[in-house]
Amino acid sequence: MKYELVIGLETHVELSTDSKLFCSCGGHSSPKEPNDCVCPACSGMPGMLPVTNKHAIELAVKAGFMLNCKINQYTTFDKKSYYYPDLPAAYQITQWFHPVCVDGSVEIGDRTIGIKQIHVEEDAGKLVHDDATNTSFVDYNRTSVPLIEIVSRPDFRSSDEVIAYLKKLKSSLQFAGISECEEGAMRCDVNISVRPEGSDELGVRSEIKNMSSLSEIKDAIEFEKVRHVDAIERHTEMLVQETRRWDDVKRRTFPMRNKETAADYRYFPDPNLMPVIIDDEWLKEIRASMPATAEEKGRVYEEMGIAAKEAAVLASDRKLCEVFDFVVAEGRNPKTVASWILTECMGNMKRLELFSLDIAPEKLARIIELVESNEITRAAGKKILSAVFEKDVDVDKFCEENGLNAKIDEGMIQSIVEKVIAENDKAVGDYKSGKTKAMQSLFGLVMKELRGTGDPATIRTLLEEKLNA
Amino acid sequence: MKYFVNEISKDGVIAVDDTILVKGTPASAGSKMLENFTPLFSAEAVERLEKAGYGIKGKTNVGEFGLDLLGETSYFGETKSGESLVSAGAEAVKAGEVKATLSVDFNGYPRRAAAVSGVDFIKPTYGTVSRYGVISCVASGEQIGVTAKNAEDIKEILSVIAGHDEKDGTSLPQEKYEYSLTDNVSEMKIALVKELYEKASSDVKAKIDAYKANLEKLGAKVEEVSVDVVSEAQTAWQILMAAETCNNVSRFDGVKYGHRTAEYKNIDELYVKSRTEGFNFLTKATILYGSDVLAKGKYEACYDKSLRLRRIVTDKVKEVLSTYDALLLPACCDINYKSYDILESFDKVFEESVFTAIASITGLPAMVTGGVQLVADAFKESTLLSIADTVEKEEA
Ligand SMILES: [Zn+2]
Repeated sequence: MKYELVIGLETHVELSTDSKLFCSCGGHSSPKEPNDCVCPACSGMPGMLPVTNKHAIELAVKAGFMLNCKINQYTTFDKKSYYYPDLPAAYQITQWFHPVCVDGSVEIGDRTIGIKQIHVEEDAGKLVHDDATNTSFVDYNRTSVPLIEIVSRPDFRSSDEVIAYLKKLKSSLQFAGISECEEGAMRCDVNISVRPEGSDELGVRSEIKNMSSLSEIKDAIEFEKVRHVDAIERHTEMLVQETRRWDDVKRRTFPMRNKETAADYRYFPDPNLMPVIIDDEWLKEIRASMPATAEEKGRVYEEMGIAAKEAAVLASDRKLCEVFDFVVAEGRNPKTVASWILTECMGNMKRLELFSLDIAPEKLARIIELVESNEITRAAGKKILSAVFEKDVDVDKFCEENGLNAKIDEGMIQSIVEKVIAENDKAVGDYKSGKTKAMQSLFGLVMKELRGTGDPATIRTLLEEKLNA
Repeated sequence: MKYFVNEISKDGVIAVDDTILVKGTPASAGSKMLENFTPLFSAEAVERLEKAGYGIKGKTNVGEFGLDLLGETSYFGETKSGESLVSAGAEAVKAGEVKATLSVDFNGYPRRAAAVSGVDFIKPTYGTVSRYGVISCVASGEQIGVTAKNAEDIKEILSVIAGHDEKDGTSLPQEKYEYSLTDNVSEMKIALVKELYEKASSDVKAKIDAYKANLEKLGAKVEEVSVDVVSEAQTAWQILMAAETCNNVSRFDGVKYGHRTAEYKNIDELYVKSRTEGFNFLTKATILYGSDVLAKGKYEACYDKSLRLRRIVTDKVKEVLSTYDALLLPACCDINYKSYDILESFDKVFEESVFTAIASITGLPAMVTGGVQLVADAFKESTLLSIADTVEKEEA
């Protein structure tokens, strides 16, 4: 019999706000020491009251727009109670009764994945266990950091669809400035079951908790598929609805302690927080501030004359787009800029093992401007760019200090060419006797004298003129 | 009697219940759980008083989290005058120790206390005084109120502390409130709440009768009116109160601050032992009741229904207040309370709450004066203050 996977995802994403969800502690900046970023409110002291961060609501609404959701203009916050030391107030503020977005969808290739809802909630802190002293420590830096949870419908039929969805989610969220989606900042709970192909019934469901690496998610899904099918076909085990975790060392999933799944969270509306009313005007403002999606962006780049494949690479990464858009806006040729970013910048990123393009776009713009106006050679430009990557140097200063900036006039090249020809009788002789390769070594000598700054075409022309004279 | 659990300044003129934070002074809310807990900030109401030149004299002893009748469950000693239960905050005002006391009213304790001690107390409309800095039990109904000797002093202090505070999401937008004592009582119509009058002891009935006679002498009309939602208000309020309290005191778990048990083998034991040792019987009963009404499968029938009852009660009371200026009702059942078995406290408080639940669940302003309670429509504090002031001056 053939089986098919039925998968639903709950994806937690950290919102790019300046402060936490209900207090003014810096939310997104990464604090250095444990408990650096806490106040009486987010550490559960009595007397403090939560005040909703409006920006978090706006970002959640933007996510809703992107995923074609219906926005609930009346949305509320609710309390979810459980005891754990990483939860200082012993309840998490989340949206249980009236989530901000519902009923959306996402296209993955020719498939449509339904989105049940998107709700806003606060993150919990972190427990650190020291085995040496058998002591646990709590770090509340993350408590009350704003998250959205995007709950999909059980519409995925393969691990590839899941991965494609997560990749698309990540680039769209980055694009709209909703989330930085940094390494590990996107966490998934994967609900998975298996059923005979064509069946309408749902099989026994496992939930794999708290996954963040795409490759692990894929492996965990494949592992679960085999485990479920074996259980159905060969009765290797009795399937029960349970929560499991992926062990990346043992390369398999394990059931989690049952205690955590049996909890009754005693949800009720938080009376400290008035319902948030998103009126038409506010909704309009949020919609107006929506940036283009990665796909729209890619199409725009193609219209600028950039090849489809290159446009897609640029559009897939927000940082690349930001730099590209900036430099093009400075008046540089889009095709030239694309080539500088995709070849030279990405080359430097690879060489220095950088994950994102973090150079000042003004500097790239200046380098390209100098090259385009023939003030420096492309080779000199590359040299400066490497220095920008390595030491964040000032473009014009670096140019001057290294003798790269002087507009190399023909007169100067001419005198160097004459000097080189005068000093290298052998190479000149070789060339004249038909060994055209000798041209290359003479060219190299001229370049050396000019410290790599002369325009290669000019040098070549002048060399040929002199030698053939 | 000992009024203060912590004295702050000899020159202070205001007492603050130990459920309200004053920066740097321990705030224990009458509980062993918060013994030696020192807050990092002051309540907004305290800040406003200090800024206006009213010094804080000290923290007045209260029953654990303000859940009890009159302060009898305080870990720092029962508050008694002779054989009778009284509250430290009301007695400090009566004795002239301070001009006024700030208390948190959600379960009616400061209203009972004022009636028993023969002083005045006002619980203003929900949302007028910031709850920032209150050791919170019932966010949806608690308000800081003022105890003082007379309506004039209450008006003075309430004007200082009332007004919008952006740190409190439930604070109403109005920046300042102006209160007056000069509403014309002779033209008022007052509704005596029949169901609650009948529930009171003969001593309290006598107080109501006397107050009614005073009002009539001043030209006001007093009519007996049926407000047939008092039991609903009482039960719904108990459910909302217990559920919210259960949730809010969950943070007192021995992990971050406050009492932690001496020995424990794991986190579960730390929680259970710390909380078992830290809370008294009444708090534990409230936690159990509150966690039960929120449980899966009961939520709809208990908590959700109580939210709907809150609407029904509010509509009914507002309907009465559309033809009457105020309700006249007892503040409590008796005029004198003696010590009782603490294991009965949960039932005892429930019994008494029938008189105070109406104003707690609706968020309407309530005032205790001359041993009786008056309730008016939202933002009609001036009506209450004017009645109290006129009767007080008439009697003087
Ligand atoms: Zn904070």
